[in-house]
Amino acid sequence: MSASAVHSLWTMAATAPASNEIGKIDAPKIEYAQLSPTLIVIGAALIGILIEAFVPRRSRYYAQVGTAVLALVAAFIAVLALAADGYGTTKAHIAAMGAVAVDGPALFLQGTILLAGLVAIFTFAERRLDPAAHGNQVDSFAAQAASVPGSDSEKAALKAGFTTTEVFPLALFAIGGMLVFPAANDLLTLFIALEVFSLPLYLLCALARRNRLMSQEAAVKYFLLGAFASAFTLFGIALLYGYSGSVSYARIAGVVDGSVQDIDPALADTMGNDALLLIGAALVVMGLLFKVGAVPFHMWTPDVYQGAPTPVTGFMAAATKVAAFGALLRLLYVVLPGLRWDWRPVMWGVAIVTMLGGAIVAITQTDIKRLLAYSSIAHAGFILAGVIAMNPEGISSVLFYLAAYSFVTIGAFAVVTLVRDAGGEATHLSKWAGLGRRSPLVAAVFAVFLLAFAGIPLTSGFAGKFAVFKAAAEGGAGPLVVVGVLSSAVAAFFYIRVIVLMFFSEPQPGGPTVAVPSALTTTAIAVGVAVTLVLGVAPQYFLDLAGQAGVFAR
Amino acid sequence: MENLIALLIAAPLLGAAVLLCGGRALDRTGHLLGTLLSLASFAFGLVLFTDMLGKDAEERALHQHLFSWIPVEGFQADVAFQLDQLSMTFVLLISGVGTLIHIYSIGYMEHDERRRRFFGYLNLFLAAMLLLVLADNYLLLYVGWEGVGLASYLLIGFWQHKPSAATAAKKAFLVNRVGDMGLSIAIMLMFTTFGTFAFGPVLEATGDTGEGKLTAIALMLLLAACGKSAQVPLQSWLGDAMEGPTPVSALIHAATMVTAGVYLIVRSGAIFNAAPDAQLVVTIVGAVTLLFGAIVGCAKDDIKKALAGSTMSQIGYMVLAAGLGPIGYVFAIMHLVTHGFFKAGLFLGAGSVMHGMNDEVDMRRYGGLRKYMPVTFVTFGLGYLAIIGFPGLSGFFSKDKIIEAAFAKGGTEGWILGSVALLGAAITAFYMTRVMLMTFFGEERWRKQAAIASGAGEDYQEPHPHESPKSMTIPMIILAFGSVFAGGFFSIGDRFLHWLEPVTAHEHGHPPISAGAVTGATVAVLVLGVAAAWLMYGRRPVPAVAPRGSLLTRAARRDLLQDDFNHVVLVRGGEHLTRSLVYLDHSLVDGAVNGTAASVGGLSGRLRRLQNGYVRSYAVSMFGGAALIVAATLLMRAV
Repeated sequence: MSASAVHSLWTMAATAPASNEIGKIDAPKIEYAQLSPTLIVIGAALIGILIEAFVPRRSRYYAQVGTAVLALVAAFIAVLALAADGYGTTKAHIAAMGAVAVDGPALFLQGTILLAGLVAIFTFAERRLDPAAHGNQVDSFAAQAASVPGSDSEKAALKAGFTTTEVFPLALFAIGGMLVFPAANDLLTLFIALEVFSLPLYLLCALARRNRLMSQEAAVKYFLLGAFASAFTLFGIALLYGYSGSVSYARIAGVVDGSVQDIDPALADTMGNDALLLIGAALVVMGLLFKVGAVPFHMWTPDVYQGAPTPVTGFMAAATKVAAFGALLRLLYVVLPGLRWDWRPVMWGVAIVTMLGGAIVAITQTDIKRLLAYSSIAHAGFILAGVIAMNPEGISSVLFYLAAYSFVTIGAFAVVTLVRDAGGEATHLSKWAGLGRRSPLVAAVFAVFLLAFAGIPLTSGFAGKFAVFKAAAEGGAGPLVVVGVLSSAVAAFFYIRVIVLMFFSEPQPGGPTVAVPSALTTTAIAVGVAVTLVLGVAPQYFLDLAGQAGVFAR
Repeated sequence: MENLIALLIAAPLLGAAVLLCGGRALDRTGHLLGTLLSLASFAFGLVLFTDMLGKDAEERALHQHLFSWIPVEGFQADVAFQLDQLSMTFVLLISGVGTLIHIYSIGYMEHDERRRRFFGYLNLFLAAMLLLVLADNYLLLYVGWEGVGLASYLLIGFWQHKPSAATAAKKAFLVNRVGDMGLSIAIMLMFTTFGTFAFGPVLEATGDTGEGKLTAIALMLLLAACGKSAQVPLQSWLGDAMEGPTPVSALIHAATMVTAGVYLIVRSGAIFNAAPDAQLVVTIVGAVTLLFGAIVGCAKDDIKKALAGSTMSQIGYMVLAAGLGPIGYVFAIMHLVTHGFFKAGLFLGAGSVMHGMNDEVDMRRYGGLRKYMPVTFVTFGLGYLAIIGFPGLSGFFSKDKIIEAAFAKGGTEGWILGSVALLGAAITAFYMTRVMLMTFFGEERWRKQAAIASGAGEDYQEPHPHESPKSMTIPMIILAFGSVFAGGFFSIGDRFLHWLEPVTAHEHGHPPISAGAVTGATVAVLVLGVAAAWLMYGRRPVPAVAPRGSLLTRAARRDLLQDDFNHVVLVRGGEHLTRSLVYLDHSLVDGAVNGTAASVGGLSGRLRRLQNGYVRSYAVSMFGGAALIVAATLLMRAV
């Protein structure tokens, strides 16, 4: 900063009008009602902490599950009420002094996250699958997270029948952050939401009851890489602030397209410097691409998906993707549309390598969870194709795809929790051979999910994929669609291979057993199947809904 | 009045449905119901015919729009009927001859336990054939076309316990598929060319369409006609089709279905008129087939196969006439109708002979039957005189006109076609006389001694030739009337010409020689043919074992090597083609597919090694990715 600029700062402060009393700050105007979904969830999470502190161990599980379910249902009702009140369409606006948008995409994605979260909580709460330890029913989570794996303290915790009921408030915090993430309308809110939902996820990843070392390794990897990515994001935010003098989406967009001309004197040297804009935008986008698991920021995905407790994997795979794509959409469509000639080619490249990379590497996977991880990478690529469309159909198709995909994902991972052997979940693919002969219903349900992943007609996967490819083609990304269809063909191979394995191979002796779940997991899977089929057979209503919701408030 | 048109088809269709779905309850009465419904259809036809006669020639065509079948933007197909003079002619022929053959079958199939089903199939055939000639567009015609093909298949293979019948049915079906393919391609071409299938618009639009396209459509229609009408090169199925019960041979494979190709060409006259090259091909096909069939007919000892060769040959005449354009259309149809009478009569006669001869078909074991079955002899004899063109009988008038028209084609072509037609007439006289002599005259070679001498086994059952029951002889008598008088009735005062002219148009040809000379020549070759046959089969006893014969005879006995040709060229060729395609599929297509899969798999194996589990290398990859994205973004701005 030059000396004159510093001087002007001083002089301006000194010559400020006397009537403007120093120290008087306008009280922020917060529209609590419009933020109620987030507030309910965060509030419930805080209550969850209090429950951990004050409710006897015996009743904690019920109190936590009840609180979480109630909070998510209440928040979902709040979203519905806001949408019914017109906040998704006519009354869409920016609330909380420009920090949070209350508009169609935000409400649609919040509703999706809440429902996906609710279904995920069901799988969290499942206590029938693992054999009872010392007479205590246990869930998928470690007895005592702090105890070293294999240590005496772990054994003692197991014997005492401890369970980590903290997972419920952690999940609620994560959901709370995810609710804000796609609605964030300035870069700081975006970043805080990112951290609020990421940190609980890192913890949740470390909490597996079985394979604890692998789980902890996954958590550390996720944390380190997540922190690394956050640093890039934060640096990008700083550069964007330097470019525009603001963290507000509206103002940055205004500077980008030239409608905001007044220059903050403090930033006179940097404002309007396109290098800052381009590098900053690239870095912020990169942070979001890390969260959605796009190539080349996808490396954490298979390791973390495999190591994390399977219910957490399902939750993460579904809800994180919804939140992160929501934020990416808002960033690209609201802040950076003026820059689309710069970022679109880059995103083309990312989408292509993501689709192809995910699909190709998935072929040689032998672990069902890693397979689904690569599948999720490929799907991130498909969704990116819709994001790149840069037209209204692009928004609505991505919203639809996310809703469809999240339920398939949670359902698929829920099925994975059922197939078990002595060591816990039997995730190696060879163990799934002949599952269709032993448990035709479970295998058939899984086949439905796989067909949906593959995008076979009459499943939600087809409707979603068709919608994003259509939008992309109309948006002038025809070659991208061709690559997408080719990747789908490659991807179909490994999905169908699992179906062939389940139905047309001889069951192995000593193969896994299929545990009979409680109503909780059954509900989660049933919801997954129902949504998959309803969105596949009669997608139009939901496509219309996503179409109505597909307008960002600016 | 036009509402009756649908009833024409509905009556036999109802019969088919009731008889085929009705089950055993109808076994005792089914044949009567089938015959009655066929008669009803004929009655409707007569009502419509009288109504039509009451109108002016130009206003006789009736239309009935039943419903919109495939209503798609730009693709309108209706179920609608058109009854003009051409269709009317066919309706009367089909339902009239059809009814007679139903009646005949009551006697002929009396002892067959599946008689109900037989009548169901016959009714199905009538419905499909009437649909074929009544459709007002090519798509609906195609439905009828396939329907008669189905009925023909079912009836040829009616005695499915005989492998030869089952094979013959399959052969007919397969060969007909080739023709059907032609028709479907023709219809597709019509749609792309004219945007419609309806006769009216298509035939009116031919004036504004390029000749190339019309030639293509016409040739495809000709291919269809060749399949259905057993014309060279798709003739091979007709001889084997004689495996079906004789009434079927009479109705489907002589009088009606096999003439559908002629109908198709005449109906599409406007297309052929505008495509002279295609017309030339039509005449060549007709000329070749008329000789082909006649030569085959000379060599066959199986009475039905001899008649089948004759059918092929006579249809060759019709196709030849149809290929001549407006100078021939009317005569093609006239010959078709008279042929319907006498050929149906001949087949019914043959069936009557077989009925009295323990189903023997080998004419070398006939002989001297005239005194055992006098009615059959007289009716068959009248049919024989009609087909060889004995002056005054039906065949004389219709065939003479075709020969005249062939000469009138003009130029070298005219001379060649006319001479071929004349030659055909001579051969016709020869082989029909041969059939007549071998069956009804000469020694009684069916006696046990003679038969055993000719190679029959010791268990040979000597037949007791006898006249057939009334239900069989009456239709034969009626058809004999038609064989004798129809030609004269049609020709005197050019009745038939005036009747059909509004539909097919007619031009008078200018033959290079006078009509009288043509008639004289026709009669002369007739006498020659009859005399030659008498010399070979009348004057000398017929050998009980067929002599070895000349090369041509031996070839003709094998249907002029048609099956050998098909086997070597099509079957073997097809097998080779299949094998090479399978090889290509395995090596090239599968190779490419498997190769792609293998290379993707290999790529996958290599890429997954990047996933080494070390956070540090993941971080490096992220850093590299971030650098790449930033660089790319900046680069985009730079360029």
